[in-house]
Amino acid sequence: MNFRLKIWRQPNAKSHGKLVDYEAKDISPNTSFLEMLDIVNEDLLARGEEPIAFDSDCREGICGTCALTINGEAHGPDHPGAVCEVYMRKFRDGETIIVEPFRVRSFPVVKDLVVDRSALDRIVQAGGFISARAGSAPEANSIPIPKPDVDLAMEAAACIGCGACAAACPNASAMLFTAAKVSHLALLPQGNPERTSRVLKMVHAMDAEGFGNCTNTYECEAVCPAEISASFIAKLNREYARASLRASVRE
Amino acid sequence: MIGTLDPKIPSGALAGKWNSHKDHARLVSPNNRRKFEIIIVGSGLAGGSAAATLGELGYRAKCFCYQDSPRRAHSIAAQGGINAAKNYQNDGDSVYRLFSDTIKGGDFRSREANVYRLAEVSANIIDQCVAQGVPFAREYGGLLANRSFGGAQVSRTFYARGQTGQQLLLGCYQALCRQIAAGTVQMFPQTEMLDLVVVDGHAKGIITRNLVSGKIDKYAADAVVLATGGYGNVFYLSTNARGCNVTATYRAYKKGALFANPCFTQIHPTCIPHSGEYQSKLTLMSESLRNDGRVWVPKRKEDCGKSPNQIPDNERDYYLERKYPSYGNLSPRDISSRAAKEVCDEGRGVGPGGRGVYLDFADAIKRLGEQTIRERYGNLFEIYEKITGDNAYKVPMRIYPAVHYTMGGLWVDYNLMSNVPGLHVIGEANFADHGANRLGASALMQGLADGYFILPYTLPNYLASQMGKRPSIDHSQFKKAESDIRAKIDNLLKINGKLSLDSIHRELGGLLWEKCGMSRNATGLREALAKIPEVRENFWHNVRVPGDGEDFNQALERAGRVADFLEFAELMCTDALARDESCGAHFRQEHQTPEGEALRDDENFATVFAWEFQGNGQIAPPKLHREPLHFETVHLTQRSYK
Repeated sequence: MNFRLKIWRQPNAKSHGKLVDYEAKDISPNTSFLEMLDIVNEDLLARGEEPIAFDSDCREGICGTCALTINGEAHGPDHPGAVCEVYMRKFRDGETIIVEPFRVRSFPVVKDLVVDRSALDRIVQAGGFISARAGSAPEANSIPIPKPDVDLAMEAAACIGCGACAAACPNASAMLFTAAKVSHLALLPQGNPERTSRVLKMVHAMDAEGFGNCTNTYECEAVCPAEISASFIAKLNREYARASLRASVRE
Repeated sequence: MIGTLDPKIPSGALAGKWNSHKDHARLVSPNNRRKFEIIIVGSGLAGGSAAATLGELGYRAKCFCYQDSPRRAHSIAAQGGINAAKNYQNDGDSVYRLFSDTIKGGDFRSREANVYRLAEVSANIIDQCVAQGVPFAREYGGLLANRSFGGAQVSRTFYARGQTGQQLLLGCYQALCRQIAAGTVQMFPQTEMLDLVVVDGHAKGIITRNLVSGKIDKYAADAVVLATGGYGNVFYLSTNARGCNVTATYRAYKKGALFANPCFTQIHPTCIPHSGEYQSKLTLMSESLRNDGRVWVPKRKEDCGKSPNQIPDNERDYYLERKYPSYGNLSPRDISSRAAKEVCDEGRGVGPGGRGVYLDFADAIKRLGEQTIRERYGNLFEIYEKITGDNAYKVPMRIYPAVHYTMGGLWVDYNLMSNVPGLHVIGEANFADHGANRLGASALMQGLADGYFILPYTLPNYLASQMGKRPSIDHSQFKKAESDIRAKIDNLLKINGKLSLDSIHRELGGLLWEKCGMSRNATGLREALAKIPEVRENFWHNVRVPGDGEDFNQALERAGRVADFLEFAELMCTDALARDESCGAHFRQEHQTPEGEALRDDENFATVFAWEFQGNGQIAPPKLHREPLHFETVHLTQRSYK
């Protein structure tokens, strides 16, 4: 198969970027999208040009490192799945493909298609954990947890932290990401002692990072590689309301 | 410093060793802990849990990872589960049984005392992870669920869907985030360790490169902990993430740390086969598929090109069922992998390049219905279809073995400290617990055992004698290490040849896969040892590394790692040649039973091979040190899966 590519090139965060035309020729339909970019990079290298920088690591959809917008869609056309799980047979022979980084103000471009998503780490650092010191944990079966609760917590916990939710959102909101962690921990009895402070701190951190607000467009859910449901955003809103009320009563 | 290797195993009965060791280890008082700086390289299950736990205890920790976030370490990709001797199923499990299964699974090439301790702390890991909010699968009564895994006779594996590694890592990442917020751990993402600094014989710091800015930095500490994972990517294609590398452990080896059993590499039998030159990685399909799939190839070579559904049953060779009637399709990883290679070597492999065998669900679908198979394996069938474009409900899957895990690693004693004082090595990066073959669901257990429950006790024992001995980064050893690293980077950028990194790495990988892969022999290993220096020469003369060092330069990052693989490969082959026996995943064709199984030589090789760096290549081969292994509790027996 042959493709025309328009790929975002930007030397670093401070400079301006632009779309540059490339061609990918004789690509097997069984090549993954990232392997197609590897091939383009080999050609660039052979011509003495600088390869295109893009992120990837596990290449099996779980580490959350890869992050590309293909023809305007975060992670490309084959949902659910990360861009490393997209194969060229999903495209038409001869198609023009536009490749851009995740476009979110809170994810500054590092180089070409690579963005800095440390904002997501800082949201978790603000409170996305259960304080449990190694050595003092109670016996694991001492707190039975209803299976439906833990299954629902697992659905939220499956988030791979790629940031596609924010990239797809017209408001660049990271609500789905934050909601997934808040819900995962709030659904479990172990998360209960810090439930109130956790949601307040995480939402505050999310706002401080400059992410937008949710207006229920559900683009996040549509592109999420881990199929996190937007109903967790509703859960986040309830958790936040509950926590704000509790906090105000205490004051 | 190096003589006979002393593993420093505590005296006394096996079951009491760890408790008595903890009781007598030296401590660091709470007021003094903040005076100690500890460097942890790697943020996976081992490194992340160690950094979080040491931070919580009050030490000042610095944690480094090459990924853009500690949450992306490759532990995240582990699917199956984590073993623990909880005996929640009342089916006869115990610490002893987990210990003896692990020793036997490792084909008697691991240390009894280490493995017993691992089995002992396994139960604490589950408690810890549940307390952190890891959503392990549960039964309807709300208690934790278990499954059996990897042919174990008890159900001791805890799991979170097929994403156990992800959930355990996120638990550990969250604990780490809490310490980062508390200021006890300083996190350095996108920072690669390029050298170990040894001052007066003790590991006291590292040299790093910031992968975004290209800046080279020096960090001094009171102790250094390496938790940098395995070296499976030496084979180019493996189930490892693209970034996984040997650089940190190999460069520590070049600074004097011994590398133990590098030839012990595990090849997983059920991966999606290689489909073309462009392929960048291999994807694992869970071993659980073998519970319902039947493995076969055509009896006749001529049929290999035919569509599988046109080959009648009597013209198929269900070779695992034929050779191993009692275990059949569920034979252990090393045995199933070798059997697949054999039939492909005979020319009866299927798919592109003849490197694949069928895993057929037609009988299971007939017996149980497509719906049941969909419920059990639906997500795996989807992954398979995404990658290959084939519908495995209609045509058999094609699978082939792939490199998955490396049992070898830096040599450590019972305290997880290498022969270089102060240098501790944990998780897959060390060699200690899995012998010649790792059992399923044991990697996650080991990583977390080391980080949460072992290192936090053994590290203070070293630190207690090191108060006030942290050197300044202006020490001459730091300056020398830094200038060596700068020179190495400049050399890579100066080559300016025509070949791509991938082409050379692919050549190295192909060579190792043929000569030092699933089965090895002396002739092949000697050929590889003659060829590797040529490939390395070719790299240093003809590779092209574009750009410069003061920038985000992914080609430069990879070039440094490939350069290390090109040296490390030689060490692996040297070890495989020296170990003139078969054991576990190390199968030397010269040593097999009449039935074609691995034949150990306990008299000469019930020992760890630990190699000391003497200089590159043929000029100065590495020096061999031995640590004899004593089996006082488990009797040495021949494995049989017939």
